[in-house]
Amino acid sequence: MEEKCLCEPTEILIFPCSGGSNVGQIANGAGVKLTQSRMGKFFCLAGIGGHIPGMIESTKAGKMLIAIDGCPVACAKKTLDHAGFNIDEYVQVTDLGIEKNSNLDPNPSDVVKVADHLASLISRRRGI
Amino acid sequence: MKIEILGMGCANCNKLYQNALEAVKLSGKEVQVTKVEDIQKIMSYGVMSTPALVIDGVVKVAGKVPKVEEIKGWIE
Repeated sequence: MEEKCLCEPTEILIFPCSGGSNVGQIANGAGVKLTQSRMGKFFCLAGIGGHIPGMIESTKAGKMLIAIDGCPVACAKKTLDHAGFNIDEYVQVTDLGIEKNSNLDPNPSDVVKVADHLASLISRRRGI
Repeated sequence: MKIEILGMGCANCNKLYQNALEAVKLSGKEVQVTKVEDIQKIMSYGVMSTPALVIDGVVKVAGKVPKVEEIKGWIE
């Protein structure tokens, strides 16, 4: 059974891959949108990859970790796995029917689609 | 040795500062403990959750308040 999280939005850490494609930038945009709507807090995936102690220790204090990958290369998931963190909620943008291309200006409706999908996952886990 | 407590004056920041002072006292070592409340300095450590405790430039913990014994262990 899925574990409920009694956590505040500031304890919900969001790690988008922010990669160099439309889906990477959609992931980034979804992370920004979720943060602006106070569903969670955008965190720095590059800081995890760079083993920055402040970022690592801050992440240890998180109660719910969310990874958003653009595509099946799964850089966000692998970076967090490699650093020893368990991911509580995960999505790949391409799994939501959005095709990967090299356009770095994401379609706003695609950003909303990914953010809404994750918002429902977060709410379910928080039991609200 | 130098301990820095990163935080902008929240209750947990003050609690961590007090715990650090207590740990230093119990250790009997000469350690300088200072509060860092400047957001730019805090961000320079890559810390995104406060309070945080830094020993000689190394972030030991962020986003929580470790117990006195744990801090004492880091000092020793």
